[in-house]
Amino acid sequence: MRYAMAVDTKKCVGCNDCVVACQTENDVPIGHCRDWIVEVTTGTYPDLQLEIRSERCNHCANAPCVRTCPTEASHYAAGGIVLVEESECIGCKACITSCPYDARFVHPEGYIDKCTFCAHRVEKGQNPACVSVCPTHAMIFGDLDDPNSDISKAMATRKWKSLIPEAGTDPKVFYLL
Amino acid sequence: MIEEIITSGRMNPEIDPVLHVWGWEIPLYLFLGGLSAGILIFSAYFTLRDRQDELPIAVKWMPLAVPFLIGIGLISLLLDLSHVLYAWQLFTNIRWESPMSWGAWTLMIITPLSIAWVAIWMEDIFPEWDWKFDAVKTVIKWLQEQRRILAQILILLSIILGMYTGILLSAFNARPFWNTSILGPLFLTSGLSASAALIAYFSKTEIEKRLFTRIDVMLISIELFMIVHLFMGHLAGTQVHIQAAQMFLGGAYTVPFWTFVVGLGLVLPVSLELLELKHKFIPAIVPVVLIIAGNLALRFIVVSAGQASRWLY
Ligand code: SF4
Ligand code: SF4
Repeated sequence: MRYAMAVDTKKCVGCNDCVVACQTENDVPIGHCRDWIVEVTTGTYPDLQLEIRSERCNHCANAPCVRTCPTEASHYAAGGIVLVEESECIGCKACITSCPYDARFVHPEGYIDKCTFCAHRVEKGQNPACVSVCPTHAMIFGDLDDPNSDISKAMATRKWKSLIPEAGTDPKVFYLL
Repeated sequence: MIEEIITSGRMNPEIDPVLHVWGWEIPLYLFLGGLSAGILIFSAYFTLRDRQDELPIAVKWMPLAVPFLIGIGLISLLLDLSHVLYAWQLFTNIRWESPMSWGAWTLMIITPLSIAWVAIWMEDIFPEWDWKFDAVKTVIKWLQEQRRILAQILILLSIILGMYTGILLSAFNARPFWNTSILGPLFLTSGLSASAALIAYFSKTEIEKRLFTRIDVMLISIELFMIVHLFMGHLAGTQVHIQAAQMFLGGAYTVPFWTFVVGLGLVLPVSLELLELKHKFIPAIVPVVLIIAGNLALRFIVVSAGQASRWLY
C-alpha cells in the first residue's frame, strides 16, 4: 500500500474549496493552513501560462522530517502516510526546518501539525476531505501499488511532475500536466 | 528569459513569507555548546601533556565555567521548544539519523563528566576546599587517579559536541545555505577560538598568555580559510546553493556578515593578537570581546540565513 494524491492542474480552478474543507474537517486553527493554493505564471508577456496547484505535505517516502525528528513523533503510518504523534512531539521544530516544502507549522498548542492525508477518513475507506469536496474533480487519491486504482491509471496515461524532485524526498503528491 | 511568478495562498505564522521558526535560542545554544567544547578540549589536552601547573587557567580554572555554560545552553534549548512539557521524550529515544537526538545525548553524558572534571581540580584551585564527606573524598580520589582516561573521553566527546553545533544545521538539506559539510569543522574551530581567547585573557603568566594567543591566531586563520571555502563550495554548487551564497555576496546578509563576523570578529582581533605577540601594547579585553561577539554573530547570522534560503518551485 502506497497512498498518493494527484492534482490535475488542467482542472484545478483555485477555488480554495479544498482549503476550507480541510480546515473544517481537521479543526485547523484559525490563521493556519494544512493545504493551500499556489498560482504560477510563467512566460513573457503576452505569451503567458498559468498553472494552479493545490498543495500540501507530500508524504515523502524518504521524508527528511521523519529522519531529523529526535523523538520519533514524526513517523510513517500505514500506507506511507507521514504523521506527527502529538504526545511525542517536543516542538523542537527540526522537522519544520528539514521540510523543503515548508508544509508544517507549529500548532498553537505547541506540537507540530500538517496535512495527514485525512488518515482518519482513509482508514474508513473514504477520500481525504479536500478530494471529496473538489467541485471539478481535480484531485485523485489512492494506492499507487494497485494498478487498477484511479490514481495509478491517471499517472499511467497522463504526463505528471512532483515538486522539487531534486531534493530527493520522493514525494507522493503528483501534479498532472 | 522566462519569468516565473508564484503566488501562494499559504500563510502559516513563522513559515510565511520566510521561515523563521528558530529565533535567538538556537544560536545561543550552539554558541555555548561550542564554547564549552573548546574549554574542555584545551583543559583535557594539556592535562594529557602534563602541563597543568604551567597552564593553570586553561587546565584548572576555565572548566569551572562549563557546567554553567551548558546549563544556560540547555535552558535556552528548552525555551525554544514549543511543546516543552514533553521534553523528556528526547531521552526515551535514540535516533541516530537525527542530529538533535545525538546532540541531546552527547550533552547528557558530557554534563556529569564536566562536573567530575571540575571536581578533580577543586583542591588545586581552592587549597582550603574540603569535600566534607568521606565518601565524596573517596570518589574524588578515584576520579583523580582516572584523570588521563577521563581526559581522553572528554576530548572525544567535546569534539563531537563542537562539531555537532555545526552539523545540526548542515544536516538540513532543505536549507541550501546550511547544506555544507564545512559548518561542523567551522563551528568547532570557532568554539575553540573563543575559548582560547578567553584563556589568554584570564591567564596570569606570560607563557600561558602567549601560548593561547598563538593558538588563537592559528585558529582564526583556519576559520577565515574555511569561510572562503564555504562560499567557494556554494558557488560551485547548484542554482539554489549559488543563490544562498549570493545572500552574502551582495544580498541581505552581506553587510552584517562581512562587517561583524569577518571584519570585527576575525580580521581585527587576529591583527591585534599579532601585534600583542610582537609586544605591542593592546588592551587585553579588546580582542576577546571582539572574538566572542564575532562568534555569536556568526551563529546568529548562519541560523537566520539558512532559514531564509530555500529550494525554488
Ligand atoms: S512534504 Fe515535508 S512534512 Fe511532508 S513528508 Fe515531505 S518532508 Fe515531511
Ligand atoms: S518538532 Fe516534534 S515532530 Fe518535529 S522534529 Fe521536533 S519532536 Fe519531531
